[in-house]
Amino acid sequence: MTLSPPAANPLSAADHLSSVDALIEGLGSVGYIASRRIATALYMGVKLQKPILVEGSAGVGKTELALSTAALLGLPLIRMQCYEGLDESKALYEWKYGKQLLYTQILKDRMGSALADAPDMDAAMVRLHGMGDLFFSEPFLEPRPLMKALREDNGCVLLVDEVDKSDEAFEAFLLEVLSAYQVSVPELGVIVAKTPPLVFLTSNNVRDLGDALKRRCLHLHIPLPEAALEERIVASRVPGVEAKLTHDLVAFVQTLRTMDLRKSPSISETVDWARALVLLHADSLSPDLVRDTLNVILKYEQDITAVEPQVVELLHRR
Amino acid sequence: MQHTLEQFFRALRAADVRVSPAEAIDASRAAMVTGYADRVLFKDAMCATLAKSADEVDAFDSVFETFFSRDAVSLNPPSAEPQGEPSQDDLDQTASSPLAQAVLTGDATAVQQSMEDAAARAGVADIRLSTQRSRLTRRMLEEMGLEEIERIIANARRMPDGKGEALANRLDAARRNLFTEAQAYVARQHDLYAAGSAQELREERLIRKQLNADGGVDPVDYQLMAALVKKMAKRLAAKYSRRRRAAQKGHLDVRKTLRKSMAHEGIPFEIEWKVKKVDKPSIVAICDVSKSVAAAAQFLLTFLYSLNEVVDRMDAFAFSGRLISVNAILDDNGVEGAILKVLQQIGFQQTDYGRSLQDFSEQHLDRLDRRTTVIFLGDGRSNFADPRLDLMKQIHDRSRAVIWLNPEPESYWAQGDSVMHRYARFCHVAKQCGTLEQLERIIDDVLRSYVPH
Repeated sequence: MTLSPPAANPLSAADHLSSVDALIEGLGSVGYIASRRIATALYMGVKLQKPILVEGSAGVGKTELALSTAALLGLPLIRMQCYEGLDESKALYEWKYGKQLLYTQILKDRMGSALADAPDMDAAMVRLHGMGDLFFSEPFLEPRPLMKALREDNGCVLLVDEVDKSDEAFEAFLLEVLSAYQVSVPELGVIVAKTPPLVFLTSNNVRDLGDALKRRCLHLHIPLPEAALEERIVASRVPGVEAKLTHDLVAFVQTLRTMDLRKSPSISETVDWARALVLLHADSLSPDLVRDTLNVILKYEQDITAVEPQVVELLHRR
Repeated sequence: MQHTLEQFFRALRAADVRVSPAEAIDASRAAMVTGYADRVLFKDAMCATLAKSADEVDAFDSVFETFFSRDAVSLNPPSAEPQGEPSQDDLDQTASSPLAQAVLTGDATAVQQSMEDAAARAGVADIRLSTQRSRLTRRMLEEMGLEEIERIIANARRMPDGKGEALANRLDAARRNLFTEAQAYVARQHDLYAAGSAQELREERLIRKQLNADGGVDPVDYQLMAALVKKMAKRLAAKYSRRRRAAQKGHLDVRKTLRKSMAHEGIPFEIEWKVKKVDKPSIVAICDVSKSVAAAAQFLLTFLYSLNEVVDRMDAFAFSGRLISVNAILDDNGVEGAILKVLQQIGFQQTDYGRSLQDFSEQHLDRLDRRTTVIFLGDGRSNFADPRLDLMKQIHDRSRAVIWLNPEPESYWAQGDSVMHRYARFCHVAKQCGTLEQLERIIDDVLRSYVPH
């Protein structure tokens, strides 16, 4: 789950974090075109050492923001995908049960000889208590993403993806990690991060998150982008695409967003579409081409059948 | 500046953006990092720390713009003729009033500052009602030292040969100008701090309004009440969706098992399983749509349909003379138009409870099981027809709970053609439900009874 740090950036992390403008530029250099609001939220998150809760519909670049930030700052990215039923044994730590069992076996075998010369029961008990108890100790601990993130001494980017899909109990459990950057393992005590990780939480609004969680985070809502911004994003993500085609396809997608569709195309769909058109060596949008590739931007049969007859009209409306 | 931030938080709270003390502290820290020089940076930073949902971001944007818009005070009314520098003579005459001098020399910043100070002293920010506006404007002007200016004007007019006439006219124009400025300032403060409270007052009244009152619900209030019902439903949904548990049976809980095995020499003797419960209510709503109950029925349906997040399955039936399923009508028309459609189909018949119960038990009885809560909504007035208590008993026996909501107060239940007291015997709960407030409370109870204790 840990990705190796990418090639070192010529500028140091501190340079990128000196101002919001530097941050926008830095993110641009790793291929993420950020609006001012996004960059400001990230800037505040770093300065105030607060987790950032990123909301927005699917495919607007929530996860991508975390990936790009990790690339920009040269930090390892630790990613945790949330789902229903995720619990602390999968998110935080687990004991290595097999080894623990072996350990008890060894203990049992050695116990006889160690306690053989004890004169009576009381003395044996005293000696037993005197022995180090390793059963619950760090060597038997199997760290999971959250624990790993806290143990990265040079800091890291922790991405808690789709936190709204996890249970409410897990959300409550996240609170300690997010507010104090520490976790308590009942058997061992509290483990505190040397360098607090930069935390991103993403949410698709499957359910409303609790106020306690929201309170601890900075909030960033990423809306669908304006045409100009989207053109820049497409240009940066799909190198081979021509400016004219970019303009046309973004304008077409923007018109689609004004229609009443079950799932409006978001940025990732636009980018995929641009890639597909480049692969098809298209240099302009023709009605037939659009009809053939509609399934790249629209993900529901009803949407496709609704849009298909209007393609010519939509292409001309701009 | 801290004071200004505090005022800003207050304005946000008035606009339904929840700002907790912890968030206020965060915002103050953020302000220290950003400084106040870059307006966009400051705004985005405040937005990230204070607004915690898309709705709140919208509210935040508008409050921020209103709060931090200080239109520069325009000193010269457009009609005024061009004015030269004030003569030394004029300045001497107005020496007693710094405000008058500021107006004459065109020092907008000083006027602005004096206005802000006066507003703080007059307590303009504490405004609650729109009727307080004129009084507060007056107080504010007094605090600014308007009386002094008026005195100077009067003195100038009394001077011989009309020597002071020009000065008096200029000050008079400035005075009128200040008055409109102060008025606008107070109006803006009212928008910031009090616009929400008036709305709250109105909503509070509507929550307690009897739904079956004479003439029914005022169409003017209707929109607001429908919005209110949705808000209530959202609140309940948020409350109970958080308690929902996912089913996860059959997974071995290794940790617990190992713990238990300690007592048996490490042999996993007692196996522990992870168990979670899914418990979403399934609801059958049966609504009387005769005239006296129609409004209540609409709000009940709106309420239940806004709860789809926490309700597993929801079926609605409407009856008057006969009973029909209204699921399809609700899906096609939305709750708003549905009642009208239903009335076109079965309305204007004499209400017949027995006949409707028979329709239900013949066609839809299989819908009821041990997990179903049945909510009846009706006045229990059967027009002296057979109430068919045997069918009511059958419904009672098959379902988890039967709840009867009656818009009439309990004292009417046995009077006239009401058979409510007889039906009540087969209900787990029979309650009066005449207002939105009562409706919310009862549905809260329904949902709560599904939460595993």
